[in-house]
Parts: sequence; C-alpha cells; structure tokens
Amino acid sequence: MPIPLVYNVRSVRARWTSAIVAVLGIAGTVGVFIAMLSLAKGFKATLISSGSDDNAIIMRAGSTSELTGGVALDSVKIIQDAPGIARGPEGPLVTPEIVIIAPIPLISTGTDANVQIRGVTKNVLHIRRNIRIVEGQMFTPGLAEIIVGKNATKSYSGLTLGNTIRLGTVRWKIVGVFDAGDTSFDSEVWADAKLLGPAFGRGENFFQSVTVHLQNPGTLQQLRDALTADPRLNVDVAREVDYYTKQSGRLTSLITILGGLVAAIMAIGAVFGALNTMYSAVSERGREIATMRAIGFGGPSVVFSFVIEALLIALVGGLLGCLAVLKLNGVTTGAMNLQTFSHVAFAFKITPLLLAQGIIFALVMGVIGGLLPAIRAAAQPVASALRSL
Amino acid sequence: MKYARLIFANLFRKKVRLILTIGSFSVALFLFTFLGVVKSAFSRGTEIAGADRLVTINRIGLINVLPLSYGDKIRAVPGVKAVTHNHWFGGVYQDERNFFPQFVIDVENHRKVMNEFKVADDQWNNFIKDRQGAIAGTTLAKRFGWKVGDRIPIKNALYGATKTWEFNLDGIYHDDKPGGDDSQFWLQWKYFDENVPEVIKSTAGWYVLKLDSADDAATVAKAIDYQFANSSNETKTETESAFAAGFAKQLGNIELLILIIGGVVFFTLLLVTGNTMAISVRERTAELAVLKAIGFSGPTVMFFVLAESLTIALFGGLLGLGLAILAIPVVGTALRGLLPTLVVSGSVLALGLAAAVLVGGASGILPGIGALRLRVVDALRRV
Repeated sequence: MPIPLVYNVRSVRARWTSAIVAVLGIAGTVGVFIAMLSLAKGFKATLISSGSDDNAIIMRAGSTSELTGGVALDSVKIIQDAPGIARGPEGPLVTPEIVIIAPIPLISTGTDANVQIRGVTKNVLHIRRNIRIVEGQMFTPGLAEIIVGKNATKSYSGLTLGNTIRLGTVRWKIVGVFDAGDTSFDSEVWADAKLLGPAFGRGENFFQSVTVHLQNPGTLQQLRDALTADPRLNVDVAREVDYYTKQSGRLTSLITILGGLVAAIMAIGAVFGALNTMYSAVSERGREIATMRAIGFGGPSVVFSFVIEALLIALVGGLLGCLAVLKLNGVTTGAMNLQTFSHVAFAFKITPLLLAQGIIFALVMGVIGGLLPAIRAAAQPVASALRSL
Repeated sequence: MKYARLIFANLFRKKVRLILTIGSFSVALFLFTFLGVVKSAFSRGTEIAGADRLVTINRIGLINVLPLSYGDKIRAVPGVKAVTHNHWFGGVYQDERNFFPQFVIDVENHRKVMNEFKVADDQWNNFIKDRQGAIAGTTLAKRFGWKVGDRIPIKNALYGATKTWEFNLDGIYHDDKPGGDDSQFWLQWKYFDENVPEVIKSTAGWYVLKLDSADDAATVAKAIDYQFANSSNETKTETESAFAAGFAKQLGNIELLILIIGGVVFFTLLLVTGNTMAISVRERTAELAVLKAIGFSGPTVMFFVLAESLTIALFGGLLGLGLAILAIPVVGTALRGLLPTLVVSGSVLALGLAAAVLVGGASGILPGIGALRLRVVDALRRV
C-alpha cells in the first residue's frame, strides 16, 4: 500500500530549511544548464536562419568561408547563364558579393569589433527574401551609400540613419536600415560591391562568393552538375542553409562542450546536496519510518515515498531554475564567430524543449539523490529503531 | 592542539555526511578552478603580451596587407629596436576541425622580436636553409604526432587557387613564458611570397616591433602612424596587449558569464555547508550544553564548531584543487583547437583555497554563535 503523497509534502514543509538548500542547488544547476544551451542554440539559430533552402552559394573550390573565397567576373558571367537559377524582371537572380571585415567600435565597450561589410548587387533583396528595408531606402548603385542591419545600428557606434562613416578609403552615407529577421545579416553593413572592393584595395571585378536564387529547392543538383562540369570554373556549390550551418560549428560546439561540462560538474555538487538533505531527513525520521513499517507499510512503499519526496524537491528546484533563466530569453549578446573572426549579435533562445530538458535533468538529479537514502530508510530494522526512542 | 582529537571524533561521527560535504566542497572548488582557468585562457593573450612590443596593422582592417617597404621605414623610427613581419596563412591540415594558427614568418628578424620562442640552433639553421621548411610548437607536434623530418601537406584557399602546400618539419619550438603558446606553425616568408598571387607579393600582413623601452610605446606608435598618414596604406599601431585584448573582447562577455556561474556555484556551496553545519550542531545541542556545564567556556565551544567547518572546507578544497590539477590538462586536450591552452596557475589555486576557507568560516559562524550563546539550563532541559 503506498504512503499518501501528502505525507511527503508535509515533511518537506516541516524541514523547509534543508529542503530549500537542495532546491536552490538544483535550481542553480538547471539554470546554468539551460542558459548555456540557449546561448549555443541562439547562436546556431541566428546563423542557420541566415541561409535559405532555395538559395545556393558558390565559392572557389576548397574555400572554407566566404572570406577565403575568390570568384572572378568572367566566372560570374558563366554562372549567370547556368540552369536552375530563377529569373527576375532584370535578369537572373544572382548576386556576386565580397565580404570585408572592418573595425568599428562597439557602443557598449568602445572597443573595436570586426564588423562584416558585404558588397552586394541591387537585386539582393529578390534573392534573400527575408530581408526588408525598415527605415530609409536601398542604396543607389554607383553611389557611396550603405544600408545597415538592425543589430548593427544598435551595436556599433556611428551606424545611424543619415550619418556618414569612413570605411576603407571612402566616406559612406547611411541611407537605410534593414531587418533580416534575426539572422547574422542583421549584424552586417551592405554596400554596392562595385564600390566596396576598390575602397578596400580590391579590384572592381573581384568577388568572393556568388549567391543565387534557385527556381525551386530541387534545382540545386542541376546547377551543381552544370557548374562543376564546366572546365572554365573551379567552384563548390552549396545550399545556403548548409553553408551557414557549417559556419556556426566551432562556436556552437565550444559553448555546448563548455556548458555541458560545467553543468555536469554542478550536477554532481547538486546531487551531493540532495543526498545530504535526504540522508538527514532519513536519520531525523528514524522513528516515523519504523512506525510506518510497524503499522503495515512495506519496504518498497517506504523507498517509493522517499524517492517521491526527493523528486518533489527536484521538481521545485527545476521549475525555479527554469523561471530564473526565462528572463534571458531574447536578451541580445554578441560574440565573435570563430570561423570568420567577425562579430555577430544574437539572442539567448529558450525553447519549450530546452525547459523540458532542464526539468528532466532536475528529476534525474532527484532520483540519484533520493534513491540511496530511501533504501537506507527501508532497510532499517523496525524493532531496534522503535527501541531507540 | 589539545582539542584535535575531540574535533576529529566529531567530524567522523556521520561518515556519509562528512564524505558528501567534503565532496560538495571539492566539486565546487574544482569548478571554481576550471572557470578561472578558462577565463584566463581567454585573456591570456593580453597577459603574456610583451610590454615592449607593438603591432602595426593596416588601418582599414586586419585582412588588408601592408607594403613590405614599411619594414625599413618603421625600423628607422627612433626607439624601435627590431621589426619583423608576419602573414596569416590560414590553411587546413587534413580537416577543418584541426584548426591551428599558421604564421608566415620573416626568418631574419623573427627571433630578435619574438625572443620567448626557443628553437634549437641546429634545427633553426636547417629551417633557414630549407625553403619549404616549417617549425611547429611542442603541443602542436604532439597533437598530430609530428616528428622532425615529417612532410606536412596543408591545403590553402586564401591565396590564389586552392592548392596543397608541402612543408618539411625542420624544428620544434617551445615558448619560454609560463602559459605561452606552443600551438603555432611557422613557415618561411620566401616560400610564401613565391607562391602567392601578384597582389600579395612583397607585402606583410602585419608588423611586430620591439622597442628599446616599454615607456616609449605611446610616442613610437604615434610616430609610426603619423608617418604613414594620408598614404594609400595608413597604419594603426598599438601595443601587443591592446591588440590581443581587442580580440578577446569580441568573444563576447565571457568574463561576465563566468562570473555569474561562479557566483551561483559559490552561493549554492555556502548554503549546502551552512545547512550541514546547522544540522550537525542542532543534533548535538545537548552535548554542547554538557561541555559547557563541565566548564568549557563559550568561545571554546564556538571554536569547536568553527574548527570543524574549517577542517571540512580545507580538506574539500584541497581535494578539489588536486582534482583540477589532474583533470584540466585532459579537458584541455579534448578542447584543443577550440580554446587556447588551459594552464592551471598558482594564483587561481591560491584564490580557490582562500575562497574555500572563507566559505568554511562563513558557514560555521552562525552555528558557532548559536553554540556560544547556548544557555546550559535551556539546552539540558530539552533533552
């Protein structure tokens, strides 16, 4: 016959000081666990959502990122005529781009951050369709004008609408702010590729990558076959979303490994705390347990009851931990992408799945912390425990 | 310590509790040390940077190069002792995940400026003679099992068409400074210059210069940047530590994050031990009263309680630090390529031990005061 749950609730309440200690230990662990994972998740989501399924990025074969690529103008012309590429009113939807990293001070610390400056063509908005101009307008091709991402304008000093800023050898006027839907483009500055290259000492006809809009996601293979078979070209073709997934790799695994390690060590500490609490609960309650056994509750019911009590403590701790970190959701922070050495703003992303993982983590700690003391409680001989009164 | 036996007897009264409390102390101290080491790994560049060294880069940004002719002009600036130049090679060995920094070095001046890197003279001489020569740091060589004489292919897409460059490992260097960087790979500028496209030929990625005196850093930096102002390649010169700090800051608020986690751990630890001490004192109220009744003074009884919690703190702390010393090199190996080398420094250990003793004292103080104030009559009546 099971021992009523209300017994556990009351006993936790009677020993609330030591219960609180165990609760806080578990809450802290769960909080750190969720915070670290949400950081990794937020960074990864920011980069992955930068890529889209129906875009392809074409770079020199063997390049690991846009920064290391190089595509000449004659190659761009060949790519424009390749099959599988969607066409807009002004011809094929192809944007040859260059990426430059320039130091611009962070508003928060005043120190330079490596900001990614992207040279694009005007039809980029037809290719990256999740990007909208929210203030001002698109730059005019041929003029020294730039548009900035919504995180860039918030994070880096001097990037406000109407302002002018010197990048490379040119002074640029900021004519627009764009919203890229919380992707890494939101941390970028965009200009006309034909002007950006020369401003940074590059040729006018030199690009680093070409992004194209596919007729539909299925035409990627067709495009890839055509381009890799062409003897005039030496390029790799990747789906944009795959490219960005790969870009997020190093920092994501660093945060996940470090965070996992810290949470694991903290979990051991929290289990020790829970064990301590439960052991002292058992030793303080020798008589109660013996009495319950004497009036007919079996050993398994006692074990079950104590595990339930530990789970109760763990659940409260887990919920508290979740609640404490929930405020982090959406908080923007910045970090350097270890793949490109450029600065990216992103937000903590706490998903229901993460919260559920946190609660499960707490319950596992509860079971580990409760099982041994529970077995000890049930194993106490009834007669001697009652005699010690 | 005539009371030592009494204190120890009390400690071992509840063995499981003692083990668990010492365990939570050592876990917390382990984590404390680990976080401290990670934090210092991120800011290490700043700490080990030579105070008498400056870095000159293209003002436009790190990825823009400078003409090679700047070297002589910088060397002519008063206060500059030696100048060397580097390039970032940025190749891939076997797989992208095997990342390690590869620097193109100027063999004539590198050892004059970067004098903390030690290479055996015969290895260095072989390296200079061998156009395809390379030198690797000790940790890097160990990581891939390289030996002097090995041929190392590195794929590079940064300079011209993607191709594989072949290198002969001629030597192994070791960084003299504690916590120094033994993970670099060096190749010769001449070999590099022959094989790169026209626009990169006769250029330097950046210059590193050694000063006669660290006090001149600001004036020399200003003089160099002034000399190249309004030219087609303007420069930005700063101290090596400022340069490294610029990189570290962009990694995000790692320091804040570590501080928060450390705070959470510390607070939890304080609660756990405080609670344990409170429980064990409560259980022994009658005993403490008896001690007082037979003539021990209040402060002595308080001392018993405090000594108990400090002993636990000290043991747990030492255990945790020992674990950290053993485990952190293993973790560092697992994380190599992602994090700079993890080094357990004496100052982190000392700080950890001080923290442990502090928590031990703080968690014993409340129960201790309880014991001090305990009134014999009340306590004995409760029995």
